[in-house]
Formats: sequence, structure tokens, C-alpha cells
Amino acid sequence: MRERPLSPHASIYRYMHTMVFSFMHRISGVWMVLGVGALVYWLMSAAAGEAEFGRANALLGGGLCRALLLAWLAAYCYHFVNGLRHLGWDAGYGLGKLQARRSARVVLGVAVVGLAVAAYLLFCPRAGAL
Amino acid sequence: MSLRSPLGAALGRGSAGDGVTHWRSQRLSALALVPLSLWFLVALIRLPLNDYAAVTIWMASGWNPVWLSLLLVVTTWHARLGVQVVIEDYVHAPGPKAAALVVNAGLNLVLLAAGLYAVLRMALRGAA
Repeated sequence: MRERPLSPHASIYRYMHTMVFSFMHRISGVWMVLGVGALVYWLMSAAAGEAEFGRANALLGGGLCRALLLAWLAAYCYHFVNGLRHLGWDAGYGLGKLQARRSARVVLGVAVVGLAVAAYLLFCPRAGAL
Repeated sequence: MSLRSPLGAALGRGSAGDGVTHWRSQRLSALALVPLSLWFLVALIRLPLNDYAAVTIWMASGWNPVWLSLLLVVTTWHARLGVQVVIEDYVHAPGPKAAALVVNAGLNLVLLAAGLYAVLRMALRGAA
């Protein structure tokens, strides 16, 4: 079949920093699917009994897994806040070029603050925390 | 092989009838995940996560199994829809695309079934 014309996509558009926010929304979303896997593993271990739960917690609390948990938390914070931005667009708000750039900065700020607060509360103060 | 163009084959048949279903499901599931995921994050922060008794009692008490089940259903549904769009955008060869879509749907279903089974098992343990 003859090559058909394509609408513009990622490799054709000129670089804009708002594009990075769009890529990151997808990447964080796909990344979190693995996080759901970890969550289901944790739930299954809790359902299986105390010994299995202890093993799962030891595994998830290890150094590398802590980094993964932090990365999933970061993905959640970003995807959540940027998702609200997308819902606003879907409702017809903030579609202007300048508005979209401004909301991108707001998203980054809120996501970083949210991540800092959530990471502190989840990881730091409690002796028994993961 | 047909000499008709794909456009010719599609014209005159009317709409498939589900044009906005995917789009709308993704937005509605996103809206539902706003309270559900925040609820779960707050719960994780408040729970002593290494304490088996505390965690399993929390998972079995009151409405928690209901919200947890809903969280699992809506999360895996939202994930399936989202990853599907990513696959459709970047995987163009028909075979690998179909395979990736099936793996995506299947994987999210397995996650859902396992998660619901775990929640039910904990919720019904006290009742048994």
C-alpha cells in the first residue's frame, strides 16, 4: 500500500518543554503498572500469612526496593497532579499556549512538594515503617 | 487481495458506535482514582506497615475491603486503557501490536484477580 500522510507526532514537532510533561505522563503511568504488581504481591503476601508477609516486607524494605518505592511514589505524585491538568483540558480549561506552559510549572511545583511531604511521612519518622 | 482502498471499505457503514467509550472510561476512572488513591496513600502513611496484625485487621475492617477492591478494579482498568493507547501509538506492526494489546489486557486482569483474591481472603478470614 502507498505511504499515506500522517498527522504530526512526537518526532516531527519542534521541541517544547511542555512535550516533556506529556512524555512523562505516559512514562510515569506505564511505570506505575509495575508498582501495581508490587502492591498486589504485598497484598497476596499479607493474605498468605504472617511468615510470607514478613518475607515480602523484608524484600520491599531492602535498599533497592526502597528506591523503587520512592520512584513509584514520585510517578504517582506527578501523574496525579498532571492528570488533574489533563482533566482540566478535557473540560475545556487552560488550553492556551501560555496557560499550558504556566500550568506545567504549577504541576511540577505541586508534584515535587507533594512527593517531599508523602516521602517524609511514609519513609522517615516511624521506626517500624518500610 | 481486494482492490478497494481502506477508506472505501470504511465509508458508508456508519460509526462503530463506541468512538468515545474508551476516552470517557479513561477520564471517569481518572476521576474515581482521585479520592480512591489519596485514601489509600493516607492509609499507608497511617498504618504501621511492618505490623502484620495491624495491617490485616485494617484490611478486613469496615468498608476498607470495599474501597480496596474498588481501588484495584479502577486502577487496573485505568492502567489497561492507558497502556493500550501507548501501544497503539508506538507499535505499528499488526502482529506485535495485537500481541502487546492482549498481554496488556491479560496482565492487568491477572493483577486484578490476584488483588481481589487477596483482599477477599483477608476480609473473610475474620468472618469464617
